[in-house]
Amino acid sequence: MSDGKGLMQATRVARSLLSVYYAYMVEYRAELLFWVLSGSLPLILLGVWTTASEGGQFALSSIEFARYFLAVFLTRQFTVVWVIWDFEKEVVEGTLSFRLLQPLDPGWHHFSTHFAERGARIPFIFALVGLFALLYPQALWAPELWRLGLYIVTLLIAFSLRFLVQYTFAMFAFWIERATAIEQFWFLFYLFLSGMVAPLNVFPEGIAQAVMWTPFPYLIYFPVAILLGLEINLVQGFCVMLGWFALFWLANRWLWKQGLKRYSGMGA
Amino acid sequence: MPIIQAHNLTKVYPIAFKQPGFRGTVQHFFRREYKNIEAVKGVSFELEPGEIVGFLGPNGAGKTTTLKMLTGLVHPSSGETRVAGHVPFRREPAFLRRISLVMGQKQQLIWDLPARDSLKINAAIYGLTETEAQQRIGELSEMLFLNGKLEQPVRKLSLGERMKAELLAALLHHPEVLFLDEPTLGLDVNAQVAVRNFLKEYNAHYQATLLLTSHYMADITALCDRVLLIHQGMLIYDGSLDGLLEKFSPCRAVQLDFSQVYTREQLLVYGQVESLEGQSARLLVDRDKLTETVSRLLADLDVVDLSVTDPPVEEVIGQVFLEGAV
Repeated sequence: MSDGKGLMQATRVARSLLSVYYAYMVEYRAELLFWVLSGSLPLILLGVWTTASEGGQFALSSIEFARYFLAVFLTRQFTVVWVIWDFEKEVVEGTLSFRLLQPLDPGWHHFSTHFAERGARIPFIFALVGLFALLYPQALWAPELWRLGLYIVTLLIAFSLRFLVQYTFAMFAFWIERATAIEQFWFLFYLFLSGMVAPLNVFPEGIAQAVMWTPFPYLIYFPVAILLGLEINLVQGFCVMLGWFALFWLANRWLWKQGLKRYSGMGA
Repeated sequence: MPIIQAHNLTKVYPIAFKQPGFRGTVQHFFRREYKNIEAVKGVSFELEPGEIVGFLGPNGAGKTTTLKMLTGLVHPSSGETRVAGHVPFRREPAFLRRISLVMGQKQQLIWDLPARDSLKINAAIYGLTETEAQQRIGELSEMLFLNGKLEQPVRKLSLGERMKAELLAALLHHPEVLFLDEPTLGLDVNAQVAVRNFLKEYNAHYQATLLLTSHYMADITALCDRVLLIHQGMLIYDGSLDGLLEKFSPCRAVQLDFSQVYTREQLLVYGQVESLEGQSARLLVDRDKLTETVSRLLADLDVVDLSVTDPPVEEVIGQVFLEGAV
């Protein structure tokens, strides 16, 4: 197959997967609202930190905290991932077999479902941002266009990295009954080191610097810092982010190959 | 040249065993005991293109595991297999485009969407053009009497309609080799007949090779000239259905109607009395002695009517599995 033909075929597969999975996600109208609301921890923390900053000395002002947590909310909404629950179910129940019979890596089905879901939840996200605008009109700001563009690109990489990390943990479903336990353990570090609970610039400097070499800040803090214009090392940030991406990609593919040898298609 | 080749195919699964009770649970937590279970033991057979072959065996005999190895889902522990010229476990795209597996107990269609949406994904994955896909969907839905059903959410279809839609999804890319695992499981009689007729038609139309497992003997007798019998992971028979009866059923059933009543003792000299009711009896007679016994029956007794039949296939197979006869 020539490259041009291959690209056309890949585009058609991507288009079909996205349009069908978008239709699939839109089936869950009511559930989507609850899923969006379940990710509103940053909005609660927004209230906590803005109040705290009024009575103490922090790296950010009360308005900056409000902006920070709004950006965290947005970033979290676009990077939420649940592939490990779906994949574990497929392995345990044997329904992965159908995906394995098709000439397409099963990971693309999961990636498309997540990607299409972003489209379905957008209206709900903007409704909540509108509510935020009513409650905190003084915290609204218009980021420079280049920042917004770079934020969107970083957000895409952050989502892909978050997906890849969780999909890599999901591979352990070939060996253990509940791979989701790994994700739950990882989530503890993700919660504190990604910048979701507190911006990294309120951490002691040494710790903040060390954390920047782990994958966690690149899932939330790094894109948020780009959007808000917080001080970060862009070149180092992108290199570390892409480095982790490459590492998890290699681990994922190796585990996939080894795992398939153990797969027994239970119950199917 | 055979399209399916299996040579000495073996699959061993390590299974964790747990003793009953609290002590067993604690032991299982600290030290897990594994035993190797041989699900398939050195199975060898070949299928020629266009054949429809029934794969029979009791639950846990190794049928599904063998199908999984042939479709590349499960890595064989040892042995060799080639399907359509490919080693299945490599799962090369060219191989996956030539095969399909239908599992009666599992579904690939998206539950909450109309089947047509899932078909759209399948069509794109298998590289069918829009026109090709529409033409094939139209053709197959006509063969399966599914017109108008593909626009309804899958969850709203009846079990029979869902199975037919699953078949359509599995055959959209026109596979040359079709593996079917209990394709009529749970279907009513009419739906079973519809699925059987469709498979026959598909085989004739596309010269496809079919290997199917089923617990319904009607599926096997209607579709297959050849059967493979697997028991405790080993292949114990490979041949025609008639040959199977000859090999495993040494008796034939003789149905008799008399003009008077005979006692069980009077009939026992001719064969095993399977049933005796008034002036009717059913005897099981050794195949070797059939002609001689029938002559004696006609000479000695007042026979009004006599017919000779083979015992039902499921009875014979059931007996084979029960006794583990090889």
